[in-house]
Amino acid sequence: MRIAEHWVNGAVLIGIAALPLWALLIDEPFTITLVTRAVILALAAVGLNIVLGFGGLVSFGHAVFFGLGGYAMGILAYHAQTYTVLDLGFFTTEGTKSMPIIWLVAMGISAIAAFFIGLLCLRTSGVYFIMITLAFGQMFYYFAISWAQYGGEDGLSIYVRNGFPGLNTLVPIQFFGICFALLCLVLILKARLQRAPFGLALNALRQSEARVATMGLNPMRIKLLAFVLSGAITGLAGALFADLNRFVSPAMFSWQFSGELIVLIIIGGVGRLMGPVIGACVFVALEHFLGGLTDFWHVYLGLILLGIVLFGRGGLLGLLTGKEGAHV
Amino acid sequence: MSAILIIEQVLNGLQFGVMLFLMAAGLTLIFGVMGLINLAHGSLYMVGAFAAAAVAGATGSFLLGLVAALAAAALAGTLIEVVVIRRLYAAPHLDQVLATFALILVFSEGTRWIFGSFPLFLEIPDALSGPVTLPGGIEYPLYRLTLIGIGLVIAVGLWALIERTRIGIQIRAGENDREMIAALGVDISRLYTLIFALGAALAGLAGALVGAIQSVQVGMGEPVLILAFVVIVIGGIGSIRGAFIGALLVGLTDTLGGVFLPEVFKLFMEPGAAQKSGAAIASMGIYVLMGCVLVWRPTGLFGARP
Repeated sequence: MRIAEHWVNGAVLIGIAALPLWALLIDEPFTITLVTRAVILALAAVGLNIVLGFGGLVSFGHAVFFGLGGYAMGILAYHAQTYTVLDLGFFTTEGTKSMPIIWLVAMGISAIAAFFIGLLCLRTSGVYFIMITLAFGQMFYYFAISWAQYGGEDGLSIYVRNGFPGLNTLVPIQFFGICFALLCLVLILKARLQRAPFGLALNALRQSEARVATMGLNPMRIKLLAFVLSGAITGLAGALFADLNRFVSPAMFSWQFSGELIVLIIIGGVGRLMGPVIGACVFVALEHFLGGLTDFWHVYLGLILLGIVLFGRGGLLGLLTGKEGAHV
Repeated sequence: MSAILIIEQVLNGLQFGVMLFLMAAGLTLIFGVMGLINLAHGSLYMVGAFAAAAVAGATGSFLLGLVAALAAAALAGTLIEVVVIRRLYAAPHLDQVLATFALILVFSEGTRWIFGSFPLFLEIPDALSGPVTLPGGIEYPLYRLTLIGIGLVIAVGLWALIERTRIGIQIRAGENDREMIAALGVDISRLYTLIFALGAALAGLAGALVGAIQSVQVGMGEPVLILAFVVIVIGGIGSIRGAFIGALLVGLTDTLGGVFLPEVFKLFMEPGAAQKSGAAIASMGIYVLMGCVLVWRPTGLFGARP
């Protein structure tokens, strides 16, 4: 069976939008939360896919940006809800409960972190890059654990979900709408980016860095820009994820989460626009159904993953459309 | 801050360092010869610790536990090499990362399935428990001192194996040119399995030895695995000597930083805040060390220059 990729993409997006509406009709709010979770994970993985799928840079530390986004939300909301002042030395604020401001801060902080981590990590390549991004992830993880002011190992609970002007974010379907709209926005942005000179250069870089350099482009600048963009999107997803659970914890920084993000992309298909989205839906479904059958569902996830790596290049999208994706 | 405390902490750092070396040596050999990044190395560490705890608990003999750890880890290593890893040598790094990540999931959850979520305990043997008095009147746990000794003996043994034996010649040749040594009639696939099993056995041994100081539980391997990555990035991938130096550096930085940074911070902060921020900064110490080494030498201290 061979299906054109854009038909699959469209069907998936319509499916994601339709499922919560159906759940609303039959009054199953938990399903809406489940789909929202898939949408947010998809957003994080779409961010990672910019460097991993298109740039060929296997970052094993994207949980850093996810966690930073989460903690940006957690800290701002914590101060706003406890009426305490956040004193940064040069700047004081009373925090905020407004989602748009939190998103901007989350993306800004993640982008800054991505810039500095990128400056260091992008000096290396291949297996060094994998290990170093992994190590940076651990560094932030341990820092979050020992940061007692914001909960340390126990994490930080936010009692009320932050607000969005004109919407009641505590209603599951409305919060889903916000997340889904952001995902679509980022997907459109990314689809355009892929065809823009920057996207083409990034794609070319994966295939041959030397040739791109010979063309007069600066590989480091392109890679760094991609890394920053990717970090900012994953940071945004982190802020949404924290709002979904009303809880942030060091687990958002964990290397397992970085690994799961890569897994999402592989399940769906590397270097494809909708690969991460399909991967996230399948992952959340597996987690829900296999997790309901047995506590040890990770064993099955591991075996499925081994099967995909050893026998099924191209992920699910590759299977459906009959084309292998970008080679990394 | 007395001299005794400093010497004790340096010994603790060395003990941590040599155990990291056992992990890092296997990783760096596997990467150097086969070009494979093995995330599942931490699972082999865990397998060793669980095998030791189970056998020592059943027989009452720590030595039998160690033998079991070596055997179980080597066996598990051989098994995953033959079934999975062998197909990945020519694959891109992304596939290697994913497949070995999948192996971690299978091993961790499988172990939880068999042994349950509660930690097991591995007793230090009577002959090695209790302190010894070192020259200068320092009391130090005999078991930790033994670990340092074992680590150093293994380091020398590995050096001799690689520099002085026929297998070692093949390993070094394999690092330089895989196809050529296959053409010269060395059974390359057997050599790979052997190296993988050797690395696995070292990881299992480290798991069993450290398991007697810490608790034996699921997920114990991954923090050590990531530290071992830091070690080989600092030392240079593929270099046993680099792994040794890197392991000692990381062991000392982590141990000494955790103890002394809060003290240093107390010089200019109130004690409570100094304790907190000192501990927070110290937990990042080895990553700062890694960052500095990379800025200075992107391929590590003893890595091949590009």
